[in-house]
Amino acid sequence: MLFSAILTGLVLGGTYALIAMGLTLQYGVARIMNLAYGDLIIAGSFGAMLLFTAAGINPLLALFIVVPSGFALSWLIYALMLQPLARRSPNRDRLEGDSILATFGLLFVIQGVALVLFGANYQSYSFLAVPIDVFGTTIAANRLLAFALAVLFGTGLWLLLTRTRFGTVIRAVAANPGSAPLVGINVDHVARLAFALGGGLAAAGGVVVSMYLTFSATMGVVFTMKALIVVIMGGVGNLLGALAAGLILGVVETLVSSFIDPGLTLAATYLIFLAVLVVRPQGLFGKPAR
Amino acid sequence: MIVLVSLLALVALAAVPFFVGAYPLGLGIGILGYGVLATAWALFSGPTRYISLATVAFFGIGAYTVAVLADLMPYPLVLLCAALIGLVVAILVGLATLRLAGIYFVIFTFGLAELVRQLVTYYEVNVTRTLGRYVFLPIGPEHIYWQLLGLLAITLALAFWISRAKIGLALRVIGDDPVVASHLGIGITRTKLALFSLSAVVMTLAGAIQAPRWTYIEPSIVFNPTVSFLTVIMALLGGPNRLFGPLLGAVPLFLLFEWLSANFPNHYSIILGLLFIAIVFLLPNGVLAAWDKFAARLKNKEARA
Repeated sequence: MLFSAILTGLVLGGTYALIAMGLTLQYGVARIMNLAYGDLIIAGSFGAMLLFTAAGINPLLALFIVVPSGFALSWLIYALMLQPLARRSPNRDRLEGDSILATFGLLFVIQGVALVLFGANYQSYSFLAVPIDVFGTTIAANRLLAFALAVLFGTGLWLLLTRTRFGTVIRAVAANPGSAPLVGINVDHVARLAFALGGGLAAAGGVVVSMYLTFSATMGVVFTMKALIVVIMGGVGNLLGALAAGLILGVVETLVSSFIDPGLTLAATYLIFLAVLVVRPQGLFGKPAR
Repeated sequence: MIVLVSLLALVALAAVPFFVGAYPLGLGIGILGYGVLATAWALFSGPTRYISLATVAFFGIGAYTVAVLADLMPYPLVLLCAALIGLVVAILVGLATLRLAGIYFVIFTFGLAELVRQLVTYYEVNVTRTLGRYVFLPIGPEHIYWQLLGLLAITLALAFWISRAKIGLALRVIGDDPVVASHLGIGITRTKLALFSLSAVVMTLAGAIQAPRWTYIEPSIVFNPTVSFLTVIMALLGGPNRLFGPLLGAVPLFLLFEWLSANFPNHYSIILGLLFIAIVFLLPNGVLAAWDKFAARLKNKEARA
């Protein structure tokens, strides 16, 4: 029972880590605190569901449609809405405040569209819901697949950031946006790409979520919240930190929901957040004071 | 002079329920309710620029407290209890987040309403086994109107006093530059905590006072995120750094919201979201500041001509 709960928790945590990676890219590189992030995840889930139920397209194949759409949509959002804000902001704090407000408005727009199109009910579809035996406990194949996808995307992103020239450029902007132009980096351009990349990851997270969880148009807030907590817990811009924090959150949530009460999972999330704020606001692996 | 005018305005507004029908009175209650929320929001978030997204968490706590306690004790005591609960929650939230950078506060408040909603739901489902409660109080709409009007007057008076008092000045310094503030010997966390708690108590009372209007209350009704959203957009439209700014934003936006939810019930959140983004873009300091700028430009032109 305990082992099975931990296994389920690790699978859930993998998804949390995946969605947190996208958010840490958006916040760490583009300096945009995107409150509409979770609604983009839900949009990805609806996209996958629609492709599966209406067109019979396998969610794995749907990734090839949904992820580029999420990338393109985020690119557009950044170019139309956030870049003008970034240009007019005299400093980082002002941009943070303005981007919070603008994306808060965006949240209601995306959620409103989802409500009009799909209604407020919980949605799900059945894909690969066959039990598989893992070390003596059974787990649904779709959950294992979700975990594998999270690992795949996470490794891919990590390789991209550490092994390629583009990744180095992104990390340079994250480390010091003021000095990056001195070595010939176009910060505007990199920020937009990083934001779009984060949106692509959000959409991927949405597809993964839709494979094994029920979701609804108004659930975006919860996903944004969880992604934010994982990002802060792992340290802003820290991928491995996000991975560790995501897994911790997933395991704790699953333990709470299976041994205490499913209605208290968000409370558990908040308790972790509170502990992080009180003990280590810079994150598990962050350096003190930024 | 100003005091006299405000008193006259207050008396005139207090007389409104004697002359209008039920529907306009309902609109009046809505406008006053949001006027209180937006003014209270700006009380803390205006000078400090800490964007609070948790308005409905406190509003809902107020409404729910009335629903739970209305049968157990006299009404004034119920309001007092609601205010106390709001105060305790605000102090807990403030202690956890206000000593850190503003972003932590925003994130914490962003999910707070959802957290409180889920906790209340959990409690009602598992412990009391009654999801949804009825509020039967002998309080008519005109009484709610008067109570809200009184609360609004008190909130405005408080906001006026704070802007003149030492604490208001301290708050503005913190908003402009926290480093300077700490060098001046301002207790940053303490000041922010005091103002945040005050603003939260007012929001809680606004929810508590309006509770009898619903008759039936359940968590998803009183913790509706649209309330937080509307409060922020109203305060921003009017200008969070002006005394009457938030109230000025509340009037047109509440009427617009009423009209939209009557005519476009499915699309109003999209329209309001777009409007919100437009306000952030076009009027970063509110309509009053924009008007001052415009007037100054006109004056300049005249002077040059």
